[in-house]
Amino acid sequence: MRKIIIPLLLLCFSLNAQNPSAKDILDKIDKNMSSESRIFTSKMVIHNKRNTRTVESKSWSKGEKKSFSEYLSPPREQGTKMLKLDDQLWIFSPSTDRIIQISGHMLRQSVMGSDLSYEDMMEDPHLLNHYTGKIDGEEKLGDRTCWIISLTATSVDVAYQSQKLWVDKDRYIPLKKELYAKSGMLLKRMELSDVIQIQGRWFPKRILFKDVLKEGEGTEFIIGDIQFNAEIPEYILSKASLKK
Amino acid sequence: MKLLFKLAARNLIGAGRRTWLNVIVLSFSFIIIIWHKGILNGWESQAKNDMTEWETGGGQYWQSVYDPFDPFSLTEAHSAIPADMDSACSKGNMASILVTQGTIYPGGRIQSILIKGINSNQKVLKIPGALFESDSSEIPAIIGSRMAADNRLKTGDLITLRWRDKNGTFDAGEMKIIGIFNTNVPMIDAGQIWLPLDHLQKMMGMPGEATILVCKKDSKVIASDAGWNFKSTELLQKSVSDMIKMKSVSGAVLYLILMSLAMLAIFDTQVLSIFRRQKEIGTYIALGMTRFQVVGLFTIEGSLNSVLAAILAAIYGIPLLALQASKGMSFPGGSKDFGIVMADKIYPSYSLELIGITILFIMITTTIVSYLPSRRIAKMNPTEALRGKLQ
Repeated sequence: MRKIIIPLLLLCFSLNAQNPSAKDILDKIDKNMSSESRIFTSKMVIHNKRNTRTVESKSWSKGEKKSFSEYLSPPREQGTKMLKLDDQLWIFSPSTDRIIQISGHMLRQSVMGSDLSYEDMMEDPHLLNHYTGKIDGEEKLGDRTCWIISLTATSVDVAYQSQKLWVDKDRYIPLKKELYAKSGMLLKRMELSDVIQIQGRWFPKRILFKDVLKEGEGTEFIIGDIQFNAEIPEYILSKASLKK
Repeated sequence: MKLLFKLAARNLIGAGRRTWLNVIVLSFSFIIIIWHKGILNGWESQAKNDMTEWETGGGQYWQSVYDPFDPFSLTEAHSAIPADMDSACSKGNMASILVTQGTIYPGGRIQSILIKGINSNQKVLKIPGALFESDSSEIPAIIGSRMAADNRLKTGDLITLRWRDKNGTFDAGEMKIIGIFNTNVPMIDAGQIWLPLDHLQKMMGMPGEATILVCKKDSKVIASDAGWNFKSTELLQKSVSDMIKMKSVSGAVLYLILMSLAMLAIFDTQVLSIFRRQKEIGTYIALGMTRFQVVGLFTIEGSLNSVLAAILAAIYGIPLLALQASKGMSFPGGSKDFGIVMADKIYPSYSLELIGITILFIMITTTIVSYLPSRRIAKMNPTEALRGKLQ
């Protein structure tokens, strides 16, 4: 009897290791993608119908609720600062020397004509905190084999009730994301690429956001330097830093 | 006194061309002041009437958080309709409106809008809720002609509507434009769409809730319920009153220029008369008139200009102004886009009060202007005046 049970258990463990549950995958994605805090520089390339614009910025974020960004270029936007605390956002514009507050529906407006909303740009939600997942199958994206995972929100106050992820089986990084409305209509698509290893985690340096309801070729979000779990002084994530 | 009037009238008519030039210029002032004021009055009454019919009704109850100038307030500005108000809605004495924000994608462009839900059977406002009676599988929506023109939409068009429900979750669906209405009130047209109230309540997860309750015109106001604040028609239409008041002030500059020209002409005529008619002044005094009676004579002569001007203005002005009042005045197409309530044609409104005040104003001004140079007569030496010596 023992001769049968032990090999069976070993087989089960090894199968489990090869086919982790959706929860395990989400956990590993969170470990790769999320952090307690981060400091990074980024370039946002906005492809409009008529032209392409590039906006560079430096951002500091802590958890899911606090983040601060400062635009570095183009000259017209240089010095513009954004602070997000919970569901409120303040923008400082150096040309007017004024701080304006944005909240509610305005947080869902596009940032400088891009395919990203203020929320998309400044949020870093842990998937496991908000969704349960189900593995729907596997698919090859380029040369990477991916799990297709459907996510369903665990609470009613999540921005997107369902999502679909294509997760790299080896690196536990989503290479494609689809965000759906409650009705099931596809709203946004994200393609993540240039995955590199930083501080022991895999991270995509280029994300192509596409608001599928809008015409255009989408907006590229390219990460430059990034530091995870870096120490961020409290004053940076406060309103006082907007006018500094 | 009768003699003074008789004498003044004869002198005035006797002055011939000089008098008629003054009278013509003064009559222009009459007509232009009455016409301009009439246009503003007509605009104000038309705008207020349109606002009552399309937007404000006989006053509104606002959910306590609602502030139309603060978009941040919209996410919280909704609550259950109180029972007495709900019963007033069922009886047709009130219309309930739920307001929220959303995004549409006309022709692949992104456009933020206000989504307003209104009960389809309401008769309080002229918004054609009856158009909602269609069995379309898409979200039925009606829009105003400005919104349609701005976004190049027409009846039957399908566009994607995205919104967030009460929990902040994104939702989206196909919306069908089932009707386009034409209104002079941009506040219920530009940048917004109208849906059946029950449909919007379902979309938002807010059954039985509203943001604004509009009272029927001249209906009895229900005592203000906790959480709902009553806003009177006067308050809701204050923007129109203020705008007309501002226009009146700017119009006063025009009146001032016109009146200055006319008064300058009268003043000059008076100064010239006193200078040229010194012998006549001396004769009047020699014949027993007091100096003040002579001053009165010259003042009456001057102020009679305004009486003649009023008569002349009535002769050619009444037909002109009546024609304008019946045909109305068209404004260029673009004027609709200024965001102010303005009909395609404005019909001037001339009240007796307006005409009376204008006549009185011009008469008093003319009398004062005529009196000022005449005061010199009181200081004249009658003997020297009789000789015609310059004083």
